[in-house]
Amino acid sequence: MSDTKNKTTQSSAFDKKLNDFFIMIAGLWQFQWQFVKQIFMPPYEVEQVRKHMDELGIKTLPIVSVTGFIIGLVITMQMHPVMVRFGAEAFLPGAVGISIVRELAPVITALIFAGRVSSGIGAELGSMRVTEQIDAMEVSGVNPFKYLVATRVFACTFILPILTVYVIFIAFLGAYIAVVLVQNMTYQYFIDSVIKSVTFGDAIPGVLKTFVFGFIVGIVGSYKGYTATNGTEGVGKAATTAVVVSSLMILIFDMVLVKITLWLWPTI
Amino acid sequence: MNKVVEIKNLSKSFDSLNVLRNVSLTVEEGENMVVFGQSGTGKSVLLKCIVRLMEPDSGEIYIDNKDVLAMNLKQLNDLRKDFGFLFQGAALYDSMSVRENLEFPLIRHFNYTPEEREAKVKSVLEKVSLEEAIDKMPSELSGGMKKRIGLARSIIIDPKLMFYDEPTTGLDPITSKEISLLILELQKSLKMTSIIVTHDLLCAEIIADRAIMLNDGVIMKEGSISDLKSSQDPFLRNFFSHEIIQEHNRRV
Repeated sequence: MSDTKNKTTQSSAFDKKLNDFFIMIAGLWQFQWQFVKQIFMPPYEVEQVRKHMDELGIKTLPIVSVTGFIIGLVITMQMHPVMVRFGAEAFLPGAVGISIVRELAPVITALIFAGRVSSGIGAELGSMRVTEQIDAMEVSGVNPFKYLVATRVFACTFILPILTVYVIFIAFLGAYIAVVLVQNMTYQYFIDSVIKSVTFGDAIPGVLKTFVFGFIVGIVGSYKGYTATNGTEGVGKAATTAVVVSSLMILIFDMVLVKITLWLWPTI
Repeated sequence: MNKVVEIKNLSKSFDSLNVLRNVSLTVEEGENMVVFGQSGTGKSVLLKCIVRLMEPDSGEIYIDNKDVLAMNLKQLNDLRKDFGFLFQGAALYDSMSVRENLEFPLIRHFNYTPEEREAKVKSVLEKVSLEEAIDKMPSELSGGMKKRIGLARSIIIDPKLMFYDEPTTGLDPITSKEISLLILELQKSLKMTSIIVTHDLLCAEIIADRAIMLNDGVIMKEGSISDLKSSQDPFLRNFFSHEIIQEHNRRV
């Protein structure tokens, strides 16, 4: 009897979670359409977008710098013995460069950006929602979606690719230092090897997909914050779930985008 | 007198809970209408439906003879430029200073020069006696100060129609009376029409020209404060006896 009751409770909890998940997907879909519709309608909040880009860029710059440097350093140190095993030490800079440009820099920068920015947007908008600041804005004749959400999503979409390009260069610096540590290689040889191995065909899809990742971070963080309920508890939940959902979506979209890239350009 | 607000058969429910049931109400130009009721009877929902922060299930809302529920977002935002709304927690934008909070509606809706904006900001701060708070952040203000700044932000655009959601809740009796008197003073000087949601009898007695009592989603009594207080209806007698004790305690 008690077993049946437990199973029923577990099943209804699962049903509720599944239901919540589909509600969230539908909500995100509507939310992004609203964004698409509103960005083309005046007034254009250029000043707000610039302000958010400044803030988001400055906020994430230190952490992505450290991470980019360490990634470049560690991936080179890890790959060195493998390349030695195959007698391909000379290809080390090229192999590291391709890994960084194609996958590591875009995805890791996006994940760090999600952790830092998506939660921040979720908490900020969530707090504004539960303290009626968004209602105050709406009732004063200002479109809060455009002023608060569209500007943040736009800023995230365009600042992440810039950060990614920056992280690629920082990671190369880390990689160069590792190369100097593990094998005697000149700066000139390192640069030449990277330039010879890494083509625009590697760099362009890698950087382009970060526009999608930036959009995901902005839209998920904004959606979670904008629809927050239940006071301070709701704000905390909005911040946490924003990070989890945006990180997961980045990884899923990465998989899909890599597949699409390889399907469209099989030779790259 | 012109009808500024006219509500016909307004209903709103949340799931199975009927918060408002066929509420009809008119507010005349320059009038202060107080909405009384117990907590959870739909007073704030009524205000939010009028300004369309919430969509009612059915009914009609007219402001200055314009059908509010038939408006698109642009028309609604144009209409809202004539509204002032004081929220229960003041709802100051916490990432902006007091000056930026007050300038926000001016920058968005008017083409004032920076000097004109500054003069406007100083003028409303003087009206609420908080000139010294101009460069403070909302987190540095007390509850009463936040309410005053919220009021200043609402009146800076010279609204024709003002909504107050529990303007004195959470304040001590002295500050509560000060805010009520300030609302009345602003009302007289700016000649606004107001709808005030409250269950503070002292505040209502100071401000109200007319009042309604909402109970169980319907208007159970409409009239002056003394009409409501002298009613023989058991619910009203119970409500006001409790309020009268609170008011007596405050005055003591």
